[in-house]
Amino acid sequence: MISAITTSARAAARTCLRQQYSAVSARSMNLRVASAVRFASTTRYTTDHEYVQFDDATNIGTVGITDYAQKALGDVVFVELPQVDSEVTQADPIGAVESVKAASDIYAPVSGVVTEINEQLNDQANLLNKDSEGRGWLCKIKLSNPSEFEALLTDKAYKAHCEGDSH
Amino acid sequence: MIQQTFRGPSAQAFLSYLCPTSISSLQPYSSSLSVLLNDTGGIIDDMIVTKHANDDEFYVVTNAGRAKEDGEWLSTQIANWNAMEGKGKGKEVEWNILEGYGLVALQGKSEVVAAECSSTCAYKLSDLSGPKAGEVLQKLTPYDVSSLKFGQAAYMDIQGAKCHVARGGYTGEDGFEISLPPDSAVAITEKIANSPGVQLTGLGARDSLRLEAGMCLYGNDLDESVSPIEAGLAWVVGKDRRATGDFIGAERVLRELKEGPARRRVGLEILGAPARQGAEIFSDDGKTQIGTITSGIPSPTLGTNIAMGYVKNGYHKKGTQLKVKVRRNVRDAVVKGMPFVPAKYYR
Repeated sequence: MISAITTSARAAARTCLRQQYSAVSARSMNLRVASAVRFASTTRYTTDHEYVQFDDATNIGTVGITDYAQKALGDVVFVELPQVDSEVTQADPIGAVESVKAASDIYAPVSGVVTEINEQLNDQANLLNKDSEGRGWLCKIKLSNPSEFEALLTDKAYKAHCEGDSH
Repeated sequence: MIQQTFRGPSAQAFLSYLCPTSISSLQPYSSSLSVLLNDTGGIIDDMIVTKHANDDEFYVVTNAGRAKEDGEWLSTQIANWNAMEGKGKGKEVEWNILEGYGLVALQGKSEVVAAECSSTCAYKLSDLSGPKAGEVLQKLTPYDVSSLKFGQAAYMDIQGAKCHVARGGYTGEDGFEISLPPDSAVAITEKIANSPGVQLTGLGARDSLRLEAGMCLYGNDLDESVSPIEAGLAWVVGKDRRATGDFIGAERVLRELKEGPARRRVGLEILGAPARQGAEIFSDDGKTQIGTITSGIPSPTLGTNIAMGYVKNGYHKKGTQLKVKVRRNVRDAVVKGMPFVPAKYYR
């Protein structure tokens, strides 16, 4: 019971934070013309079907696998996550997602230090199927080289990549 | 899958020379799992051998993935056999691959009967398995399907075509492998696939079932270095064959039966994370590598992580605690009896 309450409280807190982020990003959109420096919270992708939701205010990227990836994997039964505080280099294996069909390695989409992992996945691996780009996030990385993020695929480029994948 | 027949006055003697199974004690229209062994007792391929009406005609199914190796081996062996005085000379064996034939496997007892397809033609191999497989098949043939038991085969009229049907399959479920003549392969497969309750399944699903049933997959759990004794397939070596030892690879097989093999295939349950092919197996103290995982999945039926692999002789007893390295982490594992899920054959 206690853990259930804690969990829902955490989920609620995260929703609030996300709303704040989107409010910030909306504001910075307006500011962009004026400052043209900040590019705000935004999402980019790798060809390995990972996403990074980057917040330039904190320099932290939230990493997960895309909805396309979870559909391809099928029922996720186990997620192996990196250690908090571990230093990762772009393209390093940092964990794995296991489904009934296959094991899929997760590679660091950006370099940096792991600041947080999604502990909920230890007993609810299927959050990756339910909400891979939301509650099913994997870890947060404080970026050591934000230009790596900017070199990742945009939403449009990633969609094109997936369409190429399916043909 | 490759379907083929061996016919001729010395067909039984030839197959008995090729593999360690008691071919001579097979009843008409019954089958057995067997193995093709090389000169040093390693497994070239596993196969199902079915005797037809007499000792001079056999129907054999081998793995398509081993077509090249099997073909080379069989060509050489049959040529030597047919030239040998006192063996095949004057009593020649004729080997025919059933080109263009489809093989449909109908498997399963549950609500959903699975049917599986493989390449070459769109419906080259389908799998129809499951508790209801018999009901589905009965609707398509006047033959009394209930009279056909596990391990038996018969020719049945299915939609006007004469089809070779074997009761069995590689899922641990009740089911059938239906050999379809080229002209009607697609039409009959579509008829089966469109029957109520039948669903086409992919190889991934079938692989989960065969692993739950504790069955070997060639290329994963079997290769040319592995003997049938190491693979836990001593039961395919007939009692009479152990006495005579007159089959290819007998020296190693008989020695390992007597002295025990260096390694043994075991079932494992792994705690925490599923272990896949290639994961290293260690003794319980985690210090010594004693084997390797050859197949592993999270079992959809059991909800646990199951695997099979080879361990050093002595670490193979049920209940033995071991460790398995999955990526960077070492996980607890325990040796389990197989099958992991009891078979549901129709006997």
